[in-house]
Amino acid sequence: MILLSLSYSKQYHLRELFYSFFKSLVGKDVVVELKNDLSICGTLHSVDQYLNIKLTDISVTDPEKYPHMLSVKNCFIRGSVVRYVQLPADEVDTQLLQDAARKEAMQQKQ
Amino acid sequence: MNYMPGTASLIEDIDKKHLVLLRDGRTLIGFLRSIDQFANLVLHQTVERIHVGKKYGDIPRGIFIVRGENVVLLGEIDLEKESETVLQQVSIEEILEEQRSQQQAKQEAEKAKTQALKDRGLSIPRVDMLDEY
Repeated sequence: MILLSLSYSKQYHLRELFYSFFKSLVGKDVVVELKNDLSICGTLHSVDQYLNIKLTDISVTDPEKYPHMLSVKNCFIRGSVVRYVQLPADEVDTQLLQDAARKEAMQQKQ
Repeated sequence: MNYMPGTASLIEDIDKKHLVLLRDGRTLIGFLRSIDQFANLVLHQTVERIHVGKKYGDIPRGIFIVRGENVVLLGEIDLEKESETVLQQVSIEEILEEQRSQQQAKQEAEKAKTQALKDRGLSIPRVDMLDEY
């Protein structure tokens, strides 16, 4: 995992941590739930420092009361509208992530 | 050619037909001409598409400059998929009429709900209108 190769002292912000975390998940299938209650399933193509997300091969998971997405295969989602990013449990080392986040939070406090 | 490999960039989406979902629920479709770091967009030959049920109507809007904070998502329109759409295009007047009745029904339901909550001393704030940056 990419996180293992980045020493915690090199990351100055908690945001950098999650940027690295998402970078390590590129290529995996995720479900992004937005603040407007729209849920989109797709393959994580890329992420940026604002946690904007690009997904490929998307499908709207909930009943298609969002018909406008039918002709869209790839999309760019602004980071500020994301509520959740759902990932399969076996793709994430939660222990490592928790430790990293805790260390970052403590570093930020100082 | 990717200018910053691995990062989510809109550079490759320039000059392609896109669907933009706005925070107020509107759907814009146009050619993406310009972007910046805030996801401010310039759309060309923009059309506002209104969806009601299986019908939709397009209102031509010309050139749009969208402030990034209002963008929910930007989707590249696959022209093949678009030609196989099951949706039925109707005239602007018809879709606006359909939308009006849909909004009315929604408002009445919302009103009944907030009244019921008010009677119990509760209220629900709207989350999707916050921008935390």
